Amino acid sequence: MGNAEINTIAKNNQTALGHTKSIREILVGTLKGNMRQYTMILALLVIWGFFTIVTDGIFISSRNLSNLFLQCAATAIAACGMVLVMVAGHIDLSVGSFVGLTGAIAAQLMVKAHMGTIETIAITIGIGLLLGLFQGFWVAYGKVPAFIVTLAGLLAFRGGVIAITGGNSIAPMNDTFKAIGQGYLPKINPGLPFSDTSALIGVVFIICYLVFEINKRRSRIKYGFEVLPMSLQIAKMVGFSLLIALVIGIMASYMGIPYAILLLIAIIVIFTVIAEKSTFGRHIYAIGGNKEAARLSGININKVNLGIFVLMGLLSTIAGIVYTARLNAATGSAGTNMELDAIASAVIGGTSTLGGAGTIAGCIIGALVMGSLDNGMSLMNANVSAQYIVKGLILLLAVWFDIKFSKRS
Amino acid sequence: MSEYILEMKNITKEFPGVRALDDVTFKVKKGEIHALCGENGAGKSTLMKVLSGVYPTGTYTGEIIVKGSTQSYSGIKDSERAGIAIIYQELALVKQMSVCENIFLGNEKVKKTGLIDWDKSYAESQKVLNEVRLNINPNTKVLNLGIGQQQLVEIAKAIAKKAEILILDEPSAALTESETENLLQILKELKSKGVTCIYISHKLNEVFEIADNITILRDGKTVGTEPASEITENKVIAKMVGRELTQRFPRKEHKPGQVVMEVKNWNVHNPDLPELKLIDNASFKVRKGEILGIAGLMGAGRTELVMSIFGAYGTNVSGELILEGKKVSIKNPKQAIKSGISYVSEDRKRYGLVLGMDIKNNVTLSSLEAISKLTLINSNEVIKNTNQYVDDLRIKTPSIEQKASNLSGGNQQKVVLAKWLMTKPKILIMDEPTRGIDVGAKFEIYNIMNKLIDEGVCIIMISSELPEILGMSDRILVMHEGRLTKEFNWEEATQENILTYATGGM
Repeated sequence: MGNAEINTIAKNNQTALGHTKSIREILVGTLKGNMRQYTMILALLVIWGFFTIVTDGIFISSRNLSNLFLQCAATAIAACGMVLVMVAGHIDLSVGSFVGLTGAIAAQLMVKAHMGTIETIAITIGIGLLLGLFQGFWVAYGKVPAFIVTLAGLLAFRGGVIAITGGNSIAPMNDTFKAIGQGYLPKINPGLPFSDTSALIGVVFIICYLVFEINKRRSRIKYGFEVLPMSLQIAKMVGFSLLIALVIGIMASYMGIPYAILLLIAIIVIFTVIAEKSTFGRHIYAIGGNKEAARLSGININKVNLGIFVLMGLLSTIAGIVYTARLNAATGSAGTNMELDAIASAVIGGTSTLGGAGTIAGCIIGALVMGSLDNGMSLMNANVSAQYIVKGLILLLAVWFDIKFSKRS
Repeated sequence: MSEYILEMKNITKEFPGVRALDDVTFKVKKGEIHALCGENGAGKSTLMKVLSGVYPTGTYTGEIIVKGSTQSYSGIKDSERAGIAIIYQELALVKQMSVCENIFLGNEKVKKTGLIDWDKSYAESQKVLNEVRLNINPNTKVLNLGIGQQQLVEIAKAIAKKAEILILDEPSAALTESETENLLQILKELKSKGVTCIYISHKLNEVFEIADNITILRDGKTVGTEPASEITENKVIAKMVGRELTQRFPRKEHKPGQVVMEVKNWNVHNPDLPELKLIDNASFKVRKGEILGIAGLMGAGRTELVMSIFGAYGTNVSGELILEGKKVSIKNPKQAIKSGISYVSEDRKRYGLVLGMDIKNNVTLSSLEAISKLTLINSNEVIKNTNQYVDDLRIKTPSIEQKASNLSGGNQQKVVLAKWLMTKPKILIMDEPTRGIDVGAKFEIYNIMNKLIDEGVCIIMISSELPEILGMSDRILVMHEGRLTKEFNWEEATQENILTYATGGM
């Protein structure tokens, strides 16, 4: 490092120590640091704007957006797991068949064995965890590349689906089970034009968020770290609160928050915490970034890899339950290609195909981009072939943009 | 035509926020060996990238003149055509391909039909291999060659391209003494055949052995060019760092205490070839508050010895390990860390850092449990601890959220060191602690080592640089082919007697 560089660094340090960073500098800094996320949000808004115009506003209606969120839910749940898998440098090609198989098992238990909703879900999740454990065992201890293990899973699990369903669809599911995929939070006062319970939940979310932010700020001050100037802090808190209000508001003004979305929100929060705040999550990023360094740092790589695939199995199972509940049936082709949507969501959201980088929040944006394209083009009556082509090109463009951008920085 | 085969005039190259080269002028005479010296970040590599066309004409200002004509390069191909060949520190050979394929890679000998003429390629590669005195079959796969031999293949490749100016960037960094000696000999022979050579190295003894002229860069500027015969090593160092370093090694008197670790009858077998014994019945002790140096040639088994103690080298390990009087069994790095052993590896980029992660995540990687509750990490503790190590070790960085890949070698090494210090080790194993870092940063690492000794840590230091072993160790173990052949007190050790035992002599 040359002296010139050291000098600029020294200056930077001075500004940091002297708290003389202007608001503009902070804004530019965050913008630069999170360019990827912001461009994807921007792209999502552009896509939404486009569909709103060509569908005469149908796209942006609260009814359609609620449906859009619901359609994305299963893929988004699977994509959360895919982020962890890909950050560790693996891939999971079995998601679609996994979703189909766990859905078929749930339907079989409910329709043929006449089990209740709770037993059905419990047994299905148990089986899903075992299947995840099975794949994880081969990856972690069998040292077979995840690509091969999950390719085998893709084939074998699909065989399982066909064996269970026998080529027919198994239906119908219980009402309570169905609600997971298509139900909305009930209103307390049915006379209102909006969902009061959903609005209440929105308020709770906002309060939780504000408490979290204030606690974080307090704790940083206690440690003597730099915090945002008060004006920016308030702007940030107001901005995020409005965003939460907007998203919940859209759903509340239609039928309310779908149960599937509540489930998804819970999964997003839990997996963001796992990825960013837990030792397990840090170990995943370290393994994906440099496996040898991770090993020498005292990380038990086999155990972490096993854990990742067990979690992936859990999420695929939940996705399978949501998917089956939404369709109210299990079919032989259920979930086909869902792994590709999950991978695409993760990659569009900034997950590196080489491992080491990726965020849960990013993959949710990616899932929304993919879901919006499906939904918007269906509204436009575009045929399936066009949908595939456009989705393919968007994926290509997103990754190209990322490579070009990250090279420059 | 001037006497210079190469003239780089007033080269200025800027990166966002940094002026890497500032009006640099660099002239090389035909048929000489010209050494380029400077600390890391002084601009040596940038200058060579400008010369080889990695940074095309137009991305810098200034002029490059080769054999009297001004050059304009849009890529490496253009500079190769002008007779310039560069051999990087990280060798650019395709390991799965044969020597012959590598020599003509991108430059294939083809028949009229457009297909590769393998017979001609084979014959010609044999010819160039002879020139570098490498007696191997051109069909050997590169992965079967040692680093020293690979280096020679690179040189053969350059000769095959009819290179007139050969640039070597830290060629001896991974070579043993004898391999280095051989390399220098070959460069002298090439010089007698009229090849001009630019030699970049931190190792001044090599520089003085072969260079005719020495150009020194500091902070992106030319400090001066001097004939090697008219300048001393200390003068060169002074010019490189911009001040006189009164001593290169800050030796302090240590007061070794009781034995902290004892290794008895330690044997390690190659994990792939179990009949091959890498460590043969090694026994030694380490005391509190001392630096134990381990010297030896490359391949003597030093790294295998310490890695196996750290639980990171295969499973075919036997022997007794006694820590503070208690026999322990360490099967993996996690157990080693828990027992108070840390290992700073010899290759920080491959084994030490997660380059894509920022400083704070690298520093805390091995100590996450200590700052977590119910596996949830306290991010404030992460920042607090990292800030403290950044201050203590004087890591130069704009922010602890800087990616490790953006730091200089010396600062990267300090980040690795911080990671291990945070585990509060009793025994710190340092494998080549100052490899590839500049003189100033080396000195700081030595000071940190002394400070750790004062705090009661004991250090095991492996080094291939004998002056470092002699300058820092309290006791010195010498290894030869997997055996500990001699133990010296630092006062009685000399380069000569260490080398005698390291090469198997008595």
